[in-house]
Amino acid sequence: MKRNQMHPDQSRAPIYEALETFRRMRVVPFDVPGHKRGRGNPELTAFLGKQCVGLDVNSMKPLDNLCHPVSVIREAEELAADAFGAAYAFLMVGGTTSSVQTMVLTVCKRGDEIILPRNVHRSVINALVLCGAVPVYVNPEVDQRLGISLGMQREQVAKAIAEHPNAVAVLVNNPTYYGICSDLRAIVKMAHNAGMRCLVDEAHGTHFYFGGGLPVSAMAAGADMASVSMHKSGGSLTQSSLLLVGPDIHTGYVRQIINLTQTTSASYLLMSSLDISRRNLALRGREVFRQVADMADYAREEINAVGGYYAFGRELINGNSVFDFDTTKLSVHTLDIGLAGIEVYDILRDEYDIQIEFGDIGNILAYLSIGDRPQEVERLVSALAEIRRRYHTDGTGLLSQEYIDPEVVTSPQEAFYAEKISLPLEESKGRVCSEFVMCYPPGIPILAPGERITAEILEHIRYAKSKGCSMTGPEDAELKRINVLA
Amino acid sequence: MEMWFSEFHTPDVKHSIRVNKHLYSKQSDYQRIDIFETPEFGRVLTLDGNVMLTERDEFIYDEMITHVPMAVHPGIKDILVIGAGDGGVVRELTRYDRVERIDLVEMDPMVLEACRTYLPSNACRMDDRRVHIYFENALKFIRRCEAAYDLIIVDSTDPFGPLEGLFTLEFYGSCYNALRPEGIMVNQQGSPFYAEDAHAMQRSHKRIANTFPISRVYQAHIPTYAAGYWLFGFASRKYHPVDDLDAESWKKLNLRTRYYTTRLHTGAFCLPAFLEEMLQEVER
Repeated sequence: MKRNQMHPDQSRAPIYEALETFRRMRVVPFDVPGHKRGRGNPELTAFLGKQCVGLDVNSMKPLDNLCHPVSVIREAEELAADAFGAAYAFLMVGGTTSSVQTMVLTVCKRGDEIILPRNVHRSVINALVLCGAVPVYVNPEVDQRLGISLGMQREQVAKAIAEHPNAVAVLVNNPTYYGICSDLRAIVKMAHNAGMRCLVDEAHGTHFYFGGGLPVSAMAAGADMASVSMHKSGGSLTQSSLLLVGPDIHTGYVRQIINLTQTTSASYLLMSSLDISRRNLALRGREVFRQVADMADYAREEINAVGGYYAFGRELINGNSVFDFDTTKLSVHTLDIGLAGIEVYDILRDEYDIQIEFGDIGNILAYLSIGDRPQEVERLVSALAEIRRRYHTDGTGLLSQEYIDPEVVTSPQEAFYAEKISLPLEESKGRVCSEFVMCYPPGIPILAPGERITAEILEHIRYAKSKGCSMTGPEDAELKRINVLA
Repeated sequence: MEMWFSEFHTPDVKHSIRVNKHLYSKQSDYQRIDIFETPEFGRVLTLDGNVMLTERDEFIYDEMITHVPMAVHPGIKDILVIGAGDGGVVRELTRYDRVERIDLVEMDPMVLEACRTYLPSNACRMDDRRVHIYFENALKFIRRCEAAYDLIIVDSTDPFGPLEGLFTLEFYGSCYNALRPEGIMVNQQGSPFYAEDAHAMQRSHKRIANTFPISRVYQAHIPTYAAGYWLFGFASRKYHPVDDLDAESWKKLNLRTRYYTTRLHTGAFCLPAFLEEMLQEVER
């Protein structure tokens, strides 16, 4: 019995099993949801399938309740914790955004300082708006050729910790969207030595927990909390995610923080998808991700053989700002064929019916995962070869992406709630922005609330718009006007 | 005892052939391969349950996909054949003395192996010294070719299976790049009759028409394919399939055929009104 508790049976999937039992009992529903196993909404049932809508049920005793799990959901969370080597794991149904916000809200209160890289996802700064914590940015090093932000350098983190000894936490983005990893073990150690928590936005690193030859995972590195997007590389349904915590975090408090903003009607489709995906990863993850990494290696080789493109990999590793590289990521630098990443992204979709994850100023990222097959990889490589043949230019007028060092004037929360006025974008130079501006994806802010709008930033926005980047965040969806502090 | 092979041509239409004997059934890395012995169609090869060929009517397909381009372009020497692991296309091509090289790219070695054993009348010329067989993904193979061939024959399965990549713009673009300036690409283009097939046919025609300046469609009647009505695509930078037909030269070769004639060649490009309309819709 005791041994079972130490090594839970990863071939089990308690939520899935409970749903199967529940289905066989043919329980008559006089509760929500009102579609009653789909009968009340035949069009939806025809579209999604009977099996799917039949499992869209409410919390009840035999199925547990995500707000206060005591039975099957709790077991599923314990199994997830075991599979990921965490002290505890929370199933999340509000996306990795909600996991990231929970991490920040758990460790920060109003006025607290938190050390983080500027190239974080908007969800991190959103959390700062909610709780009133103040960001201390560590400027990431930028790879000049690729125009991408790299990881956090140890010296930079040490400097930020020394200059802000009262900060409560260090947040690391690991890996970045492009697969760049920081020296996580060293950063955790530095944070802990200074009495700070270490939080990891591990949205793009689910597979680190199941890979030979992949970078170290947050839990293995000793981080206090980590957000993993199971729906990205893990194979669960969109919007489902996991929040992992280490042994020194009070799980009851984390649950309270989660319940501040989380739905009380958590979807069993999402929860069962987490349960089944966790089982799959625990049983077969290592093999699956080895195949994904092999496929990405193959694609890199083939894309680099096309000429002009640079599909980058482990050669970027420099022991510090690129401490490690996630080889399952397939990022390709496109400027040398004379096209911006976003242009290649658009051509791939519009002409070749290939949807990739994103294109930015100088790069594209194709997301490879558990569901990919070699024949689709061949299509991607061939399409890139064709795009080069048909569209390559000498590159006149192309800009590389530069990291713009932000000037933080007020905290994100103060700026967000302050009196503000709307100005035409071109007249906003020198003012303090009160909203977000970002290209989506990747969703990393160009401007965050409380930051000074500079000529450099305005030029970057104008260029990104002209290349077809989709700009999100501001109240004015077309970004002709921008809100600034009055 | 009754034994029938059935194939759904649409979810609401089923085509059945009586079977005497199930000769072969194997799952390869890519697909399930079956060969049946049937009273009406002789031996029948199916991939993932779709009829690829029958001994009874394969001549129609294999003649139409080969002799049409061969009768137009007198200088065809180097040929790339994609798919066609059964050998029928190669068999027809090896009848021309002027052909110097046939590169056959087939993804699945098991198809070739099965056909060598059970369909010898198709696979009979696979050992011709001019034939070079590559077991490779065709997209990968052709990415590396530039101005290397006079003719590319795309003998693919349907656009919903493992060879979906052979119906894409990136593939047709690579073919364009792999052909010499006078080269021709001929592909099996599916059927225009049932809605789902017709839509796929339109999509691939649009992509070919966007890639090659000359792109025409021709037809044949193939009893065991969906609706018994099949299309081929002819694409080139230089040759028009009807205006440039050199019927006299072809007749002098004295090749005996059972379906193809040079008169039929011209007629095959005369299409019914509904089909002309469908093609024009995507050519605009």
